[in-house]
Amino acid sequence: MSHYVEIANLTKIYPTPKGPAVIVKDFNLNIAKGEFVTLIGHSGCGKSTVLSMLAGLNDITSGGIILAGKELSGPGPDRGIVFQSPCLLPWLTAFENVMLGVDQVFFTASKAERRAIAEYYLTVVGLGDAMRKRATELSQGMRQRVGIARAFALKPKMLLLDEPFGMLDALTRIELQQVLLEVWGRTQLTALMVTHDVDEAIFLSDRVVMMTNGPAAEVGDVLEVKFPRPRNRAALLEDSQYYTCREHLIEFLNDRAQRKPGLAHAA
Amino acid sequence: MSTLIKTCESVGLNWFVPFLRLAKRDNPNEQLRQILLTIGVPIIAVLIFLGAWSWVARNVKVSFGSLPGPAAVWVEAKNLWADHLAERKKEADFYKRQAERKKTFLAENPTGEWKERKYAGKPTYLDQIFTSLRTVFTGFVIAAIIAVPLGILCGLSKVFNTAMNPFIQIFKPVSPLAWLPIVMIMVSALYNPKEPMFEKSFISSAFTVALCSLWPALINTALGVASIDNDYLNVARVLKLGWWKKVRKIVIPSALPLIFTGLRLSLGVGWMVLIAAEMLAQNPGLGKFVWDMFQNGSSQTLAQIMVAVFTIGFIGFFLDRTMMVLQKAVSFDGAAIR
Repeated sequence: MSHYVEIANLTKIYPTPKGPAVIVKDFNLNIAKGEFVTLIGHSGCGKSTVLSMLAGLNDITSGGIILAGKELSGPGPDRGIVFQSPCLLPWLTAFENVMLGVDQVFFTASKAERRAIAEYYLTVVGLGDAMRKRATELSQGMRQRVGIARAFALKPKMLLLDEPFGMLDALTRIELQQVLLEVWGRTQLTALMVTHDVDEAIFLSDRVVMMTNGPAAEVGDVLEVKFPRPRNRAALLEDSQYYTCREHLIEFLNDRAQRKPGLAHAA
Repeated sequence: MSTLIKTCESVGLNWFVPFLRLAKRDNPNEQLRQILLTIGVPIIAVLIFLGAWSWVARNVKVSFGSLPGPAAVWVEAKNLWADHLAERKKEADFYKRQAERKKTFLAENPTGEWKERKYAGKPTYLDQIFTSLRTVFTGFVIAAIIAVPLGILCGLSKVFNTAMNPFIQIFKPVSPLAWLPIVMIMVSALYNPKEPMFEKSFISSAFTVALCSLWPALINTALGVASIDNDYLNVARVLKLGWWKKVRKIVIPSALPLIFTGLRLSLGVGWMVLIAAEMLAQNPGLGKFVWDMFQNGSSQTLAQIMVAVFTIGFIGFFLDRTMMVLQKAVSFDGAAIR
């Protein structure tokens, strides 16, 4: 397996008045190019901390991250981020929100080319008719679509998704998972997603990495999800393997997250 | 109709909304109750005030006769208006006569040089109002040009904010009456062109207004910038926006509602300060009008000063409403986005 992303001994320690608080300790993970990996774990286990260190929005205490042969330091547009709340700038339209990033990354391209990029991704996420609307006029689900379009439009080396559908209702969530898979299928970006939704993890990813509970969270177990792509939710739900995967994840979250990490396990 | 209602609400004409609803036959009883509350109550309050004022006016004697009641003030307001019209007529007549004289002059000696004269009548009450408005706007614009950029720097940089803090704290409470002599001396020293575009008194008043109205805009801008949602700044960090682009695309738009709150307060302060500044600097606006009336002490003096008080009040109210509409226009619903 070629290592497109290498996360080595990643550690995050916050100094507190009561002494250092170890949030994440010696987190190791390698991701191949084009792989979709999900981090799953209980709330507050430090999975979002790992993601924000990858994004460069949170300082790394020790350890390092290498992306495409280069060690990361600080944030940058080479990693497209979809946050839990889409963080659109409310005074801009959907189109302008995407263009802000596109203008910045593709500053050598002509204006028409840049507009074409933004329009393309907004159309792909299903906002072809709504791109001139202000962010405040869009529903929560539509805003997250803009968030996805914005991340992909930068043509990043890697995609970071921090509970991207956490704030949506169940129906919208299923809809947007489909949208995400479609866009992702066109680009084959390397992706790392954080979630605590077991079904979402299985449906979207090639590999599910389970994290132990904090403090000092680390990798507890890894599950390979080998369903062929493109995936179909209905077909997946009829596959008995799906339930084996599900059992495995739930069992980990219920029992083993508390204990010392077990060995890597493939379903 | 519903858009009309929304427009009324956004420009602060809330009292007018029940009438529109009534016209729409939208729950008439409730609308009548609303009308009674939003219009009836103020009208009654005003009537009580006028009654009390008349009573006091009849019973208080001052050095030049009795205190003017509402009726006397109203008569004076009409007189000032009539004066204004008469003065304008005189001016028009003057230019008409001049044009005729020019014609005859040029007919008699075609090579001769004709010198135009400007009408040199006294400024009317309305001229004085416009002078005041011009002065306050000049001062306000100067204040805004200084305060908003400084406020943005204060909000962005802790160091700069700490450096500015002593000046803000010390100069903010200083009265316009203390600034004015300094400003007047500075203006006399620095502004001496051969053909002055502006009166010195105008510049002094405007700068005094600026010095006093600077602070609310500065403080609110700094607050607005310092309290920008971290998520928005993260967008700037992830995209690696340059400093200038970050300020232009993210900092200013998100701080705009508070910047306008500050500007609105600034304009209010500026208008209040202006009257005092004009009195002392002898800028021919409302402040000078009040001062002159106070000095000449005729029988109409007090009534005319009271007209000025109401004028100042209504203009201040109007300025505040204008700023409020602007403030609403630039505010986005930040809460709805998350």
